[in-house]
Amino acid sequence: MLITCPYCGPRDVIEFTYQGDANRARPDLHSTDQAEWNAYTYDRVNTLADHAEYWQHSGGCRAHLKLVRSTLTHAISSVEFARPHAGHKPSSRRKPGAST
Amino acid sequence: MAEYSVFSLLRNAFSATPDWKPAWRKPDPKPEYDVVIVGGGGHGLSTAYYLAKEHGITNVAVVERGWLGQGNIGRNTTMIRSNYLLPQNQHFYEHSMKLWENLSHDLNYNVMFSQRGCLNLANSTSQLDDFARRGNAMRHVGIDAELMTPQQIKAFLPALDLNIGGRFPVYGGMIQRRAGTARHDAVAWGYARGADRRGVDLLENCEVTGFLRDGDRIAGVTTTRGEIRAKKVAVAVAGHTGQLMKMAGIDRLPIESHVLQAFVSEGLKPFMDTVVTFGAGHLYVTQSDKGGMVFGGDIDGYNTYAQRGNLPIVEDVMSELAAMFPGLSRVRLLRSWGGIMDMSMDGSPIITAGPLPGMYLNAGWCYGGFKATPASGWCFAWTIARDEPHPYNAAFTLDRFHRGLVIDEKGQGSTPRLH
Ligand SMILES: Cc1cc2nc3c(=O)[nH]c(=O)nc-3n(C[C@H](O)[C@H](O)[C@H](O)COP(=O)(O)OP(=O)(O)OC[C@H]3O[C@@H](n4cnc5c(N)ncnc54)[C@H](O)[C@@H]3O)c2cc1C
Ligand SMILES: [Zn+2]
Repeated sequence: MLITCPYCGPRDVIEFTYQGDANRARPDLHSTDQAEWNAYTYDRVNTLADHAEYWQHSGGCRAHLKLVRSTLTHAISSVEFARPHAGHKPSSRRKPGAST
Repeated sequence: MAEYSVFSLLRNAFSATPDWKPAWRKPDPKPEYDVVIVGGGGHGLSTAYYLAKEHGITNVAVVERGWLGQGNIGRNTTMIRSNYLLPQNQHFYEHSMKLWENLSHDLNYNVMFSQRGCLNLANSTSQLDDFARRGNAMRHVGIDAELMTPQQIKAFLPALDLNIGGRFPVYGGMIQRRAGTARHDAVAWGYARGADRRGVDLLENCEVTGFLRDGDRIAGVTTTRGEIRAKKVAVAVAGHTGQLMKMAGIDRLPIESHVLQAFVSEGLKPFMDTVVTFGAGHLYVTQSDKGGMVFGGDIDGYNTYAQRGNLPIVEDVMSELAAMFPGLSRVRLLRSWGGIMDMSMDGSPIITAGPLPGMYLNAGWCYGGFKATPASGWCFAWTIARDEPHPYNAAFTLDRFHRGLVIDEKGQGSTPRLH
């Protein structure tokens, strides 16, 4: 299985770590709704065919990615950063040589 | 249908075997049954057998989309043990072990249950402490367990490299001598024949495509061979639980489907006569009665319904086998295959009435459900017949996840790919 990382290009699956189902939304951190947290922790869609899921390019650029992959054929129909534009904001990057 | 006996074997050995009859009938579906069981794997068939035998409920159909035993019952590595730490699992799996010990006799069918032992190696001192704790917990409730020293292991399993790969010395191990293996296809066939003889209809090539309802209640199934009504519908479809529940309108469950691969080598002379597991990684290996080394390791680690795996796990499993038994490193691999398992969020099974009225669910076996086949069917039959669980499966509910009562034998939390 090959995953095309938006930074690094096509790389073997052994460079990546599976981070699970991307079909659930984490409840608000301040939420004390137990049913909502339980559902987030335990319940999964377990889709047959196209499945949205997180992977990390842990053996490469370490970016967190969101993929759509067929659980039947392993064909990957889309790869994007887990958080849109992550790493693309020059303003949030430290300038080379800057000290703290 | 004939009993198997020494005399029937002899008679048929000297004739053109005219008396061997098919082991089960091929009936057409009736319009209605008391109980319809979806899934003709080990668990579905054993449930049908015990419904008939223990509860006298014989107006039963087992509905299988392909042929009996085509699923995980026919593709697992056949290891059987009851060496669990948590009380809920201990009682359940030990009940299974006791049923295994009498199964060939009970079914009049040789399931080749072979109590060759299961040895878990400790590759660190803390792992050995952990085995001592688990072994003590087992002995406390009457299950056999022994701690072994490296010297005892050397004498017991001479082929093992006690200094595995030069990196993982063996500090000792825990053995359950009553553990072992069985012939997986024979288990399915034996239960099928036993259920058929008691009047259960085994309906092959009959895929369930939906559920019938009376108001809120599940009242039967639609299949590729027509509608079948039932007072009770029991689902035991292993890796396809999620798909069946979607047909019933339940779109999220504490289950993920993953692939587990297994391997068998070319046949060798007798090499080892036990099941052994590698403590520093994840590998379990045994030698089949035909001589092949049968082994497996981790699941591939991501959701899949493809009944084949990918190469990284093949490499991982091979390297662990060669580290443990350097003498096997040049043995040729004969076959590899995969099976889809329903990995539950705490690694323990679900045997319960529900989740809808009229429905019963048997699921979440992860990659350890073969050893459970007898007790799973026995407990599920009890639950279906009496509409309440037996004490052995009372803890295996579906709502335990939301009630904070998970049975997390491995202590790994809600990460099914680690169980
Ligand atoms: C490679 C591998 C190795 C394993 N090794 C071990 C081991 O060493 N020890 C151990 O204890 N366990 C092991 N297991 C786990 C064990 O095999 C399973 O947990 C257990 O067999 C599952 O229960 P079952 O036998 O009823 O499932 P299955 O045999 O899979 O039965 C489910 C049946 O449901 C049918 N079905 C699915 N959908 C439908 C539908 N819509 N309509 C009708 N029928 C349907 C399928 O065709 C299938 O026959 C292993 C599993 C695998 C894959
Ligand atoms: Zn990358």
